[in-house]
Amino acid sequence: MSAVRTETNGTEMTDTRFTGTSTYVATDDLMLAVNAAVTLERPILVKGEPGTGKTQLAVEVANALGKPLFEWHIKSTTKAQQGLYEYDAVARLRDSQLGDERVHDIANYIQKGKIWEAFASDDQPVLLIDEIDKADIEFPNDLLRELDRMEFYVYETQRLVAAKHRPIIVITSNNEKELPDAFLRRCFFHYIKFPDQDTMARIVDVHYPDLKKNLLREALNAFYKVREVPGLKKKPSTSELLDWIKLLVAEDIPPEVLRSDDKRKAIPPLYGALLKNEQDVHLFERLVFLDRGAGHQ
Amino acid sequence: MLIPFFYMLREGGMNTSITELLTLLEAMKRGVAGTSVDDFYYLARATLVKDESQLDRFDRIFAAYFRGVEDSLGDLFEELPEDWLLKQAELLLSEEERARIEALGGFEELMKALRERLEEQDERHEGGSKWIGTAGTSPFGAYGYNPEGVRIGQHGSRHRSAVKVWDRREYRNLDDSVELGTRNIKVALRRLRKFAREGAADQLDLEDTIDKTARNAGLLDIRMVPERHNAVKVLLCLDIGGSMDDHVRICEELFSAASSEFKHLEYFYFHNFIYESLWKDNRRRHSERVPTLDITHKYGADYKLIFIGDATMSPYEIVYAGGSVEHWNEEPGAVWIKRLLNTYHKAIWLNPEPRERWDFTPSIKLTREIMDDRMFPLTISGLDDGIKALH
Repeated sequence: MSAVRTETNGTEMTDTRFTGTSTYVATDDLMLAVNAAVTLERPILVKGEPGTGKTQLAVEVANALGKPLFEWHIKSTTKAQQGLYEYDAVARLRDSQLGDERVHDIANYIQKGKIWEAFASDDQPVLLIDEIDKADIEFPNDLLRELDRMEFYVYETQRLVAAKHRPIIVITSNNEKELPDAFLRRCFFHYIKFPDQDTMARIVDVHYPDLKKNLLREALNAFYKVREVPGLKKKPSTSELLDWIKLLVAEDIPPEVLRSDDKRKAIPPLYGALLKNEQDVHLFERLVFLDRGAGHQ
Repeated sequence: MLIPFFYMLREGGMNTSITELLTLLEAMKRGVAGTSVDDFYYLARATLVKDESQLDRFDRIFAAYFRGVEDSLGDLFEELPEDWLLKQAELLLSEEERARIEALGGFEELMKALRERLEEQDERHEGGSKWIGTAGTSPFGAYGYNPEGVRIGQHGSRHRSAVKVWDRREYRNLDDSVELGTRNIKVALRRLRKFAREGAADQLDLEDTIDKTARNAGLLDIRMVPERHNAVKVLLCLDIGGSMDDHVRICEELFSAASSEFKHLEYFYFHNFIYESLWKDNRRRHSERVPTLDITHKYGADYKLIFIGDATMSPYEIVYAGGSVEHWNEEPGAVWIKRLLNTYHKAIWLNPEPRERWDFTPSIKLTREIMDDRMFPLTISGLDDGIKALH
């Protein structure tokens, strides 16, 4: 049991600033939101289209600031209590039946959750609470005190667990549920909007530094054109673009093929990497076909 | 400090709280935003806005409140080399102004006052107070020139004009007051959920186990319960064809949202109004019909009934036998819908037509009367009200 009373070392000012990393391009506003959260030691809530690097943010913040990372992935059945600790009553019951010595210390049956692990970390950790909207509607409310005071009470052992260092908490949401106001008020908020073409070029550059300039330009043009196709159910996002470019490089596709001035070659090669939905693929093919028909006349 | 801005946000319909304002002030005190207006904007946005649908509104209010501020205060807090300051001032002042300055205690004095004032502002900013709030206080206005005239800090256009950032209004299409997207519908429909324990017992019921074990003199007696599942049952009846064609997309969205939301969801189609039969597959609407009575017999009274239709038709189609446009109906539609309503007490009608038009369409008035006024517009707020009526 490492549940010892510790003083929260909260007032210590961090002079490290997050400015993106060699594998992650952060925009000015994102950097500022992260730094505000780091300085004020409050959680930051990150929303945005799927595939724009919400989860990756926590990993990169931990890397950039050289801090340990604890990841708590939320499922629809996750309860707030599981992040703190779980009391394995069944194991204790079984041990009591078998006459095991361990049964006398209830602490043997307390299993630490991710929040406790983060609280117990010797260095200031980064705690990722991923896809908080997946859980029940009341889930964020159940964590209010823990995130505010960075401490909780273990009833079974009558102990107060306080964070050694207030963790930098990154929370991501996909907007499947509205989050309660009381919870939102305690967070900084950042909406990762879809990157513009310049930012996107920087992002691709970070991932594929050796990419030929003209291939990148043509690929981006083709990519933004696909995104503009009206009525797509799932627009391709950054992660799909990166996958697609990886394929283009692997197949050694020349940049000229991507140029869509020629109507007859308007379908970008390997577009299966960009469109993940069968209906979208059909829609796209149909539009290109119509376009091609118009081009002939 | 920033209080008028705070009230302006609230008047603009944002539910920013005092806690958030205090957080912003604390962040400024700790120097998070540095000295640029851009950073201040980003910080204010991250602190005061908690939903992307509010971002556009925030941008507009921010622009309205701070318009003009950034021009005069842009880089006020940069280190000012005194020589440069003097030179600039000299260049910009006419003979006449110089004479007036002399009268006021000389140029040196004035520059000293200017510096003091600037430093004071800098300190205030450090202290998290009113560097923006002092928008209009150009301290030297009385002397015939102002910091803008001296162009403090504005050497070249190195500093990207901050206003552009919020004037771009990049978040316009996220504003939720107009769009009824699948996601919004899902959130609204989610309020209909009701949890109940049904099905296989696969979870340990700790309390019951302890209780039973204690009664069993300590001999372990494990009790299991089924997991909690969403137990809401819904019958969805969608109007299709004719005047509903305009609304097909919105209905499709509602349907796609609804289908993943409930465990028991049954849907049927009708055309204009409910008669003796409905159908499940629109392509085979004439060959495969389900008698309405079978529906009431098959699905229990605990189902909630939702009609989606514009209820826009000739009133004859509702009240007269044989009024249907598609076939000869032996009994009027009003009788059939009442049969359904007698079985399913929890029922609403969602209407994609704008509410203003309801009073001018006799068939909508008629349908509303039959539904006991439980007709709601197919908007987010209408859906919300409807869901409340279903509870």
